[in-house]
Amino acid sequence: MDLVTPGIGLVFWTTITFLLVVFLLIKFAWKPVLGMINERNKSIEDALKLAETTKAEMKALQADNEKIVAEARKERDTLLKEARELREQMIAQAKVDASEEANKIMAAAKQAIENEKNQAMQELKTQVAALSFEIAEKVIGKELENKAASDTIISESINNLKLN
Amino acid sequence: MFFKPTKRKLLAFCAALLFSCISFAQESDSAKAESGFDINSTIFGHIGDNHDWHMFDITNEDGTEHAVGFPLPVILVNTNPFSIDCFMSSEFEHGHKTVTKGDHTYKMVAKAMGGQDIVYVDENGNATENGPLDFSITKNVFTLFLVAIIMLVLFISLARAYKRRPGQAPKGLQAWLEPVILFIKEDVVEPNLGKHTDKYLPYLLTVFFFIWITNMMGLIPFFPGSANVSGNIAFTFVLAVFTLIITNVSGNKEYWKDIFAMPGLPWPLLPIMAVVEVIGIFTKPFALMIRLFANITAGHIIVLSLTSLIFIFGTLAIAPVSVFFVMFMDVLELFVAALQAYIFTMLSALFIGLAMPEGHEQH
Repeated sequence: MDLVTPGIGLVFWTTITFLLVVFLLIKFAWKPVLGMINERNKSIEDALKLAETTKAEMKALQADNEKIVAEARKERDTLLKEARELREQMIAQAKVDASEEANKIMAAAKQAIENEKNQAMQELKTQVAALSFEIAEKVIGKELENKAASDTIISESINNLKLN
Repeated sequence: MFFKPTKRKLLAFCAALLFSCISFAQESDSAKAESGFDINSTIFGHIGDNHDWHMFDITNEDGTEHAVGFPLPVILVNTNPFSIDCFMSSEFEHGHKTVTKGDHTYKMVAKAMGGQDIVYVDENGNATENGPLDFSITKNVFTLFLVAIIMLVLFISLARAYKRRPGQAPKGLQAWLEPVILFIKEDVVEPNLGKHTDKYLPYLLTVFFFIWITNMMGLIPFFPGSANVSGNIAFTFVLAVFTLIITNVSGNKEYWKDIFAMPGLPWPLLPIMAVVEVIGIFTKPFALMIRLFANITAGHIIVLSLTSLIFIFGTLAIAPVSVFFVMFMDVLELFVAALQAYIFTMLSALFIGLAMPEGHEQH
């Protein structure tokens, strides 16, 4: 029966000791420890949440980036295409312009040549006429009396003269 | 629950060993005469409380035995008239001498089931049946103080570690204790108390570590340990009373209604059920008290019995067997030390939780 009869001494000291331990530990141990654990758990939770949102944001950002890149690529392609077209157009235009210019120059040159030729021909005619007149004068040996009539004959003969 | 089969087996084992121990004790009267070894008083001397801390005996050259240990303070309270006497237990010289302080003469007499009583001595020099109230710092009280100091040092340095490294991963002492604290919080207290967890967690954590450390101190076979504190009914009684008080103080309207006016019960049954429920208030902590006491005491008795085998057989040849079985039991007791602390904490949380039912649908 001794074994199962609580002794008053141990009951008293256990009560005192246990109460003291409970109150001291609540004040100096459990409050800071549990507070810190809770705080840390909260910060970990917050960090995880932040990581999750950041991940989502990154994903959105990546999608945006891809879109932007695709758009840029498209734009580049159109730009290139346009440039190519422009180049071709420019080349074609240049070709057309060049041939036109060439034709113009050719025409002008032809014209000039023609003019020169005509002029030369005219001069030649005059020279030839004068020469032939001189020769004829020499040949005949006498100067025509009627200067006016002879001039008329000369000009008529020049006009009737067709080289070629 | 997982511990039930193990516990039942353990209890059966304890019971078997207790019976064999008792039969040993009966035989020991004859054994005592032959070998001079009284197993009954040895075991119960270790199980019970002591007024001094006996460590070991040395045999002097002249063949007399001499005990080595240290005395503990004796604090005696006389009720009529009120007075307090304090002196060291060494003054009793292990019960051989009486001590006279003021009007009273005290004598320390050995109890049948271990430990000692301090009684008055009458004018004729004979020990009486009556004694003063004994508030001595006994071996158990001394161990209790040691446990309190260990706990304060351990957990206040733990708190300091948390303050030193706020918001960082646990390290060192924290890494050892935090999983245990979180286990108690998340797996023991929260399932039973829910939103009330924070209010009762400090008490339950203290109970858990107090019982656990005390249990383990009891397993150390030499100086700072060896006292059977958590196997003492006074210790378990106090803890059970705390749980009883907390349970009933935090009991809400529903709890008291369920006790005195169980809803849905035909009225002629109400008085009977009220009596049963009121008894139930006390049986729950009573079970807590007996469970812890019986488990720890049984463990100590088994270990002591196994060690005593060497002296009963009187041969060293049995020592390897004893050592092997004691080692096995010590490992088991190490588990039981944590298990019983866990059960006490869990059931305390459960009882407190049951005192705060929310709504009728919980029944």
